[in-house]
Amino acid sequence: MTTVTEKIAVEKKVLSENDRVAAGLRERLRKNGVYCINIISSPGAGKTSLLERTLARFRPEERVAVLTGDIATDNDARRMARFGFPVKQICTGGSCHVDAKMVERALDDWDLSTLDLLIIENVGNLVCPASYDLGEDEKVVVLSTTEGDDKPLKYPGTFFRATTLVINKIDLLPYVPFNIEAVRENARKINPNIEILELSCTTGEGLDTWCAWLEKGVLA
Amino acid sequence: MHEMSIVTSVLDTAHEEAAKHAGARVTKIGLRIGEWSGVDRESLQFCFDSMVASDPNPPVLEIQYLPRQNLCGRCGELFQVKDFDIACPGCGFSPTEPVSGNEMDIAYLELEE
Repeated sequence: MTTVTEKIAVEKKVLSENDRVAAGLRERLRKNGVYCINIISSPGAGKTSLLERTLARFRPEERVAVLTGDIATDNDARRMARFGFPVKQICTGGSCHVDAKMVERALDDWDLSTLDLLIIENVGNLVCPASYDLGEDEKVVVLSTTEGDDKPLKYPGTFFRATTLVINKIDLLPYVPFNIEAVRENARKINPNIEILELSCTTGEGLDTWCAWLEKGVLA
Repeated sequence: MHEMSIVTSVLDTAHEEAAKHAGARVTKIGLRIGEWSGVDRESLQFCFDSMVASDPNPPVLEIQYLPRQNLCGRCGELFQVKDFDIACPGCGFSPTEPVSGNEMDIAYLELEE
């Protein structure tokens, strides 16, 4: 018996199934007029604190909801639920990122027409979440001043795909060897169009600008 | 990190494609991975080897690694981005547009029938 070896072109994205689900989500969000952001950072940069401070500023009638991803526990969802807005925990069960199917499942019993803004807090990780489209309008990367100022260069994939960089914990600048100018420069090397916001969840400095940035997205 | 889920997607796609060719066995899977794709080659290979360990005739994984390349909108030069400097080495224009480096594609399969 002779064997024949045949080479066939596939030309498919590895994550094409995720991209397909994400495209469906994007369409659903668009139809319902929901502006969606996907927040990415390393663990401890302050994603949850930023969301707590943000939710605390919203009026009760604001149409906002949060999906928060973690490998385990629903601690973050409980932290945020006290502000009275719909919050759902996505437990990724060991996975280092949120994928589009997890978002689809989480949104299953939510009526999107009641929302203007959906915030997805990804798992703390600067590598993997960048590869998974969640149907969001924008990826926001949060970096804090207690991290290295070369992080944009170490994690180019995330900084390249993010439209906006939030530098958190600026109240600590006098105490840490963090060169904020170097961060701005490094981030713009990777992504010349990246928008940069600077704030402190502890003192509240910069939160007005952040909320105005969110509002601009919702109204767009 | 996420390489295991990537390998799972790759193998699922390979099996789907192979199923279109009755009696065929996948002998090679060709991937295209970009420098900024966030995928670690060694980790990808390690996960792949683990996933096919029970296969007596496992397929070979061939990875083509693509560097970040940008195209200059002013002078048309295509160049490899080094040290994250996206200014055109030919005419100095910046910013230039990325054309490769984000890939995470299944390029081809080799089947034996």
